[in-house]
Formats: sequence, structure tokens, C-alpha cells
Amino acid sequence: MAKAKKAAAKAATKSAGKSQNKKDNFGGLDSKTVLQIHDLMVKSRVLEERLIKIYKAGEAFFWIGGPGEEAWGVPLGMLARVGQGLAYDYFHLHYRCSPTVLAMGVTMLDSIRLMLNRATDPSTGGRNFSNHYAFPQYNIAPVTSTLEVQYPVACGTAHAQKRFGKKAISIVTGGDAGTAEGDFASALILASRKGQELPVLITVQNNKWGISTSYDGQHGETEIADRARAFNIKSRVINGNDPIETYLALQEDMEYIRKTGKPAFIEAHVSRLYGHSSASGANPVQDEIDPVKQFEKRIIAAGLITEAKAKEVWTGYEEEALKATEIARLEKGPTAESIWDHVFVGNENADWRKF
Amino acid sequence: MANMAQAIRMALHYAETNYDLKDVFGEDVGAPLGGVFTATQGLKTAWNSTLDERGIIGMATGIAMAGDRCVAEIQFADYIFNTMDQLKSAGNTLWCSNGNFPLPMTVMTPVGAGIRGSVYHSHSFDAWASRLTGWKVVMPSNPLDAYGMLLSCILDPNPCLFLKPKALMRVRGEELIPGEPSDEKELKAMIDAPIGDRSKWKPKWPKVGEYLVPFGKGKITREGNQITVVSYGRHLLLCNEVADQLAAEGYSVEVIDLRSIFPYDWQMIKTSIQKTGRVLFVNEDTEVTNFGEHLAYRTTTELFYELMAPPRVLAGKNIPGIGLAPVLEDASVPQKHDIANLIRSICAEIP
Repeated sequence: MAKAKKAAAKAATKSAGKSQNKKDNFGGLDSKTVLQIHDLMVKSRVLEERLIKIYKAGEAFFWIGGPGEEAWGVPLGMLARVGQGLAYDYFHLHYRCSPTVLAMGVTMLDSIRLMLNRATDPSTGGRNFSNHYAFPQYNIAPVTSTLEVQYPVACGTAHAQKRFGKKAISIVTGGDAGTAEGDFASALILASRKGQELPVLITVQNNKWGISTSYDGQHGETEIADRARAFNIKSRVINGNDPIETYLALQEDMEYIRKTGKPAFIEAHVSRLYGHSSASGANPVQDEIDPVKQFEKRIIAAGLITEAKAKEVWTGYEEEALKATEIARLEKGPTAESIWDHVFVGNENADWRKF
Repeated sequence: MANMAQAIRMALHYAETNYDLKDVFGEDVGAPLGGVFTATQGLKTAWNSTLDERGIIGMATGIAMAGDRCVAEIQFADYIFNTMDQLKSAGNTLWCSNGNFPLPMTVMTPVGAGIRGSVYHSHSFDAWASRLTGWKVVMPSNPLDAYGMLLSCILDPNPCLFLKPKALMRVRGEELIPGEPSDEKELKAMIDAPIGDRSKWKPKWPKVGEYLVPFGKGKITREGNQITVVSYGRHLLLCNEVADQLAAEGYSVEVIDLRSIFPYDWQMIKTSIQKTGRVLFVNEDTEVTNFGEHLAYRTTTELFYELMAPPRVLAGKNIPGIGLAPVLEDASVPQKHDIANLIRSICAEIP
């Protein structure tokens, strides 16, 4: 008996020591920040799943978005210098960027308005697909369907920011398949010219798919990040499904760019949890890491949140998304006459019939 | 009198001094060359880009998105075609963003034949450009218009495409730019870089003034009442010459320099056709889905019962390129005798 007690005590001590050694300190981030990351990741996932439900209910024509990129996108939005104009960071995002824009302050309602092509949709006025955001107040440049055109455009805003001299940076995101486009190479060259380097954070979200074509079918390079290294750009590969690793990497690289005025490159490995878009069904995939659920388990295990409290975060955002849908559903769509709006600034006539 | 290259240079200087133009860039645009046609020599904001047309248009879009004015050059329109995606994107950015992201950018590019430029230095771009919605498109026929149109482009809050007829870059005009010295040798000594070492050279800019050619306003360059001829750029000068030549034969030809391709001056065209009853649209872009065809279509639709003859379009032959041998180039784009013969033919038609 005494022997058994001794053994149990020894095991407990060993276990405690192991537990202490393994204690997750979340890269030194305070618990408030860690919980905020979780909160925004859940918010983004709930929004995207609401958008998919809207599509599947036949209320929208098309869905494309970012489930699986929350651990990458949320820290990106949290760390940016958010505002309008040259003193703030510019964002040139791709169409899986809900996590980032929500972290910057965009509302679920405005995302749903875009999904439902309402006249009230501030990004496009009912003209473009979901996740094609455009918010001047946050320097979120219009998201394009054309892959990779945003990369050299980011070099243009970075050029203007460098001249302005307030240490603001431009950030560009895009998928791994799109790096085959020449615009990607254009940006690497424009950003890295000796003596003319640009303050731009060039990133690739590598989900290992280009619609239905696998990564191996499109890439010969060992890492996409190697392409940036060839231009002497500070470059790294990260686990973009880990929001802490992402946060720390982004923080370090953003500081590096602000300090040096030179570019940095991040290849983030991420998941794609509902396929490419509604064109491929928008059904959940089972064989990829779910970064939101994985992170939630981690913070529960670390005692930062209880299961019950975590559940409340989900239900709170589900209610918000539902209410936002109800509001947007009742709002009007654009008028036929509005097709002529914004062809030119100030609605200057663009209809040749009226020349 | 300034030539067109000097006029463009002075406009850019005026804009970087008075309009806060921040960047003039493109391949070989900065020192030491200052552009293959010398149109950007001596400018304080000019810099050399990478040899990458898509990068140039992308950069220009970003600079404009950040609120800075810029002029980007594609060094010959023959090499602009790989930027179509970027041009289209720049043209739809304001519309797609619900009016939130204006792009005050100008792209200039030399166009057209006339210098024995072979397959890849002779392309036209006006027909393609007319399909780039969201862009304003102009094409001057003389240095003063080049000056005034470029300044209008730079000031405009929309993407503007300034098409430079390359064959006219050394052609002098008949009117002085405000503030331009009347002695062309004096002007040359002030703003043309010397041959050889230019490292210590700086231009002495004349005190040029503001002169703006509004978008969508054409100009009647020859008055007449028998037929209307509408053109722009290099072919406008050919049409003027033909009108003068045919006047000696008793023809009365009204020539309109459209100047602005989009928006365009329909009221001027319409008024002239209502007077003459006959119209010929002349340009050197290829003839199938040519911009002149749009104008001819509109003429037919709106003025059919006022016409004495079918509207005609005289344009470049629908072939893949302009051949180098002079006989090939001349057979590919409208020549003076082609214009004259067609005018005679149209005027001979009786309903």
C-alpha cells in the first residue's frame, strides 16, 4: 500500500511536471488578445457559414469565401494600422478575406448585404460577389475576381506610402495557385529593386488547391517562399492554421517593414474547408484541419475559456448573423438605372446615347 | 513652334509644378534617355520602371488608389496588350467599388504606323481603347492639343488614356502653347537634352501656362458642305491635306478632328452630317469592329433619312500586323489617295 501510494505520488509529480513543461503560454500573448483572436475567428466562421446557408437557401447566386483561413486572416486584421489614407496600412486582399475585414471592423451586416446584392451593400452596391469587399475608410482596396492583379497594385500604394513617410505599409494576399500569374512575379521584382525597396508585405495563403487542381500539379518549387528569397526578400513559411504562430510572425514582419522600408514575404499554409466556392458545392470537407475548432480546444485546455463560454461565443454570433440577414433581406436591391452610376467620378455621363 | 514631344514634355513639367503630379514612369522614361521620343526628358518626377508592362499599369493603379497623380507610359501600344486585364480592372475599379475608389491616373502610349515600324511598332489602339469602359480616351493631332489634352487627363479624377501618334512626335503645330518661346531654336536650347553626356544638364523650362482641351469636344479643321470627314491623330492631318487637295477639284469637305474618342463629340458630328448628308470616318486601326463603325452605326440609326449616301469607314486592313516593306505598310493603312478616292466616290452617289 505504501509502495502503491509512493508510485502514485511519483506519477502525479511527473504528470504535473510534464503539464508544467507543456503549459501553453500562447507565444507570450496576453489572455485578452488570445480570447479576442478566438472571438473573431468564431465570428468569421459563423458569418461564412451563414453566407453559405443564404446561398443554399436560394437567396444568393454565388458564394466564395474564407472558411479555413481564420487563423491567418484574423491576426492580420488585428495587427494592421487601420484607417484611411497614406498614414495607414493598405490592404489588397483576395476573396477569402472575411476574417481580416471583420477583425478590422467591417460588420456582418455589410458582408451579408454584399452576399445578397443589396443597394445598401457599401462595397459594391449590389454589383459583385461575396467577399469582394471595398472599404475606403479601412484602406481595403476593391477585391477583384481576377487573380493576382492586386500584387503590383499593392506595390503602387506602397510606393506612395514610402514617399509619404509615415511608416505605413501595404499588405497583399492571394492563393498559391495564383502565384503562377505574371503579376505575382511583377510584385516580387517591383518590391525588391536595390535602393528602391518598397514597404509591402507580400503573402500567399497556400491551401494546396487551385479550384480542383492540386498543388503538385502546379508547382515545381520546393516552397513558394523560395521565389521571394531569390529577390533577397525576407521570407518565411508559417503554419497559417495556428493563429499564435501567425500573429507573432506577422507582428515581427510588419515591424521589420515599418523599420526598414523593405518588403517581407510570408507563405501561410491554410485549410480550405468548404471547397473553392459554391460552384464546387460549398460542402464541408473532412480531411483538413479546422483552425477554429483546433484553437478553441487549445484555449479550453489551457483554461482560458470554458466549453460553455465558448459555446456562448458561437451562439452570440449566430444570433447576430441571423438578425443581420433579416435586416438585409428586407432592404432594396439596386435599381436598373443605377448601372450608369460610378462609371466616371461624380456620375459624369458615360452613356454615349446622351453625348 | 514646339513639336509634339516637346509639347508633352512641357505639359508634364507644368503638371509636376502646378498639379502635384507625383510620378511619370515607364520603360526608359527617366534619365538618361527621357523616353524613346524624348517626351519625358528633364522632368523631376520621371523614373525608369522595370521592363514589365503589367507591373507599370499595376503600379499606376496603386499610386492613383493612394490618391497621388501619376502618368505611366507603355513604350509603344504594341506592347500594351498583355496589360489588358490591368487596364480593364483600373477602368472598373470605381464602378465595382460603388464609387469609392477613384483612380486619377493617366497612361500614355505611342500608337499607329507611319514610321516604318514593322509588326510591333505600328499597332493602333483606339478601337481597343474605346471598349475599355471607365477610361477616357484622347488622341491629339497637333502639339497644342497634345499639351491641353494631357493636362486635362492629368487633372481628371478618372483613368485616362493618352494615345500619342508616334509619326507626329516630331511634327510642329501652327499655334503656340501659352508661354512657349516663338523661336523654335530657343525652345530647343532650353529643353532638349544635349547629345552625349547629360549628367550635368538641366532644362530651363519656359513659363508655360495652363491650357486645357475639354474631353468630348471636337474641332472643325476644314469647313465644307458636301461631305463630313471625321478623324483623329495622324490621319486627321492626312484628311486635312486631302480636303485642301480636293478643294482645288471643286469639292467642299468638312473635316472634324474628334480629338476625344471617349467621350466623343456626337453633337458636332451630327450637326455636320445634317449639313452635308455624307460622312466618312477615317482611322488606321483595323477595320473589323473599328471605332468608326460605332460612329457609322450611330449615324445610320439616328440620321438615316437625312443621308445622301451610306456612312463609310476607312480604316486599317484586317490583317495581323503592319509589314515593314513600304509597299506593305502603305497597303495596310489608309493613304491619302485612298481617302481622296473614297471621298470622290461618296460624293458621286445619288440617292
